[in-house]
Amino acid sequence: MPKKMHITLNVNGKEEEFLAEPRELLIYTLRERLNITGPHIGCETSHCGACTVTLNGKSVKSCTMFAAQAEGAEITTIEGIGGPDNLHPLQEAFKEHHGLQCGYCTPGMITRATKLLEEIPNPTEEEIRFGMAGNICRCTGYQNIVKSIQAAAAEMNAAQEAAE
Amino acid sequence: MIPAAFEYYRPKDMAGVLSLLEEHGDDARVMAGGHSLIPMMKLRMADVPHLIDLQDVGGMSEISVGADGIRIGAMVTQSDIIDHEALAAAAPILREAALQIADPQVRYMGTVGGNVANGDPGNDMPGLMQCLDATFTLVGADGSRDVPARDFYEAAYMTAREDDEVLTAVSLAAPTGGYAYEKQKRKIGDYATAAAAVQITREGDTCTSASIAMTNLSDTPIFSEAAGAALVGTALDDGALTAASAAMLGDIDPTEDNRGPVAFKRHVAGVILRRAIERAWSRA
Repeated sequence: MPKKMHITLNVNGKEEEFLAEPRELLIYTLRERLNITGPHIGCETSHCGACTVTLNGKSVKSCTMFAAQAEGAEITTIEGIGGPDNLHPLQEAFKEHHGLQCGYCTPGMITRATKLLEEIPNPTEEEIRFGMAGNICRCTGYQNIVKSIQAAAAEMNAAQEAAE
Repeated sequence: MIPAAFEYYRPKDMAGVLSLLEEHGDDARVMAGGHSLIPMMKLRMADVPHLIDLQDVGGMSEISVGADGIRIGAMVTQSDIIDHEALAAAAPILREAALQIADPQVRYMGTVGGNVANGDPGNDMPGLMQCLDATFTLVGADGSRDVPARDFYEAAYMTAREDDEVLTAVSLAAPTGGYAYEKQKRKIGDYATAAAAVQITREGDTCTSASIAMTNLSDTPIFSEAAGAALVGTALDDGALTAASAAMLGDIDPTEDNRGPVAFKRHVAGVILRRAIERAWSRA
């Protein structure tokens, strides 16, 4: 048995330190070791995006990365984006615009969308569809997800302007 | 889906990588972004007792665009390719192809080096690099050597790279003329049912050069010299397009799989090539 590795991660602003086998995938580290269960396991084959987290500023599928690769990384999950008492504008917009039904894909959708809006603050519908192509939803038909992201972008841009 | 156990290494330099490869032989594999290798390890279709992560090695993440050509480090990601304005100006086919690979999350992690070195017939960059007549730099214990992309691929997952070598960079001359990377896929994130990379030059209404390579239509990428030759000296009339398509169909050897039977793939290959040639011509 290969010896365990000493791994440190910063997840949602909190330092985590543990020993893990090299083959431990990041999604299992988050869900089973750290009890951060927002990122979901959907397809587990790099397709569906339910496990999406932000890692050192990039949207990544945490089912396709070993925790050892992420050593020293800063990771943000849906838990670090907003909570029941302080919803992120994207969370608020998904709620208002019916951007979810069963909700299984939603943490990955919103986590990816935060990064998309950082890169393109005012995206067109086409840019949203292309930028969200790594996240699959089996309920909504995507129309309301697009609307939710457009609404959140408008809200965030208005707040930005008001602050300036 | 948990891979078999393995030892993980993260050497700080190429000397460290090479000594691990020498020690463990074909029990060791190097990994860049891991987005081809990790899924295969999870499915237990790849057995990697010793996994060497290249992320700390350094010196392989640069893109340089200069008078002496273009050099892309092996650790450059598809996302880096898309974002690099000077590269997109010098070789726009690279951005056009990278945008058709996988999805945003995968493009942040997936690298050019991994894509070309893996030898998966489904990967898009091997055919693209054959179209562009790129050269791959391989580093081993005895130093480095350059292998043309057109000579690199031997069979599925079999390449000219030796087990103790690492592919460190891709070099190419800036292409001229019109370009197109055309890809038919069932859905975002899928490999091609058929894809074509085309670079074409013209003088007035006459084609002066054409380079054509096809993806996922054989157990290697297919550089179809005959298809390009069928266009040179013509005005790209219907007869020339038909001749190029026939030449290409003589070079590919698709097999039936979940993307369709052989006859369908050959049909799609013809459609995709024609579209790619027409688009490249319109941009030449």
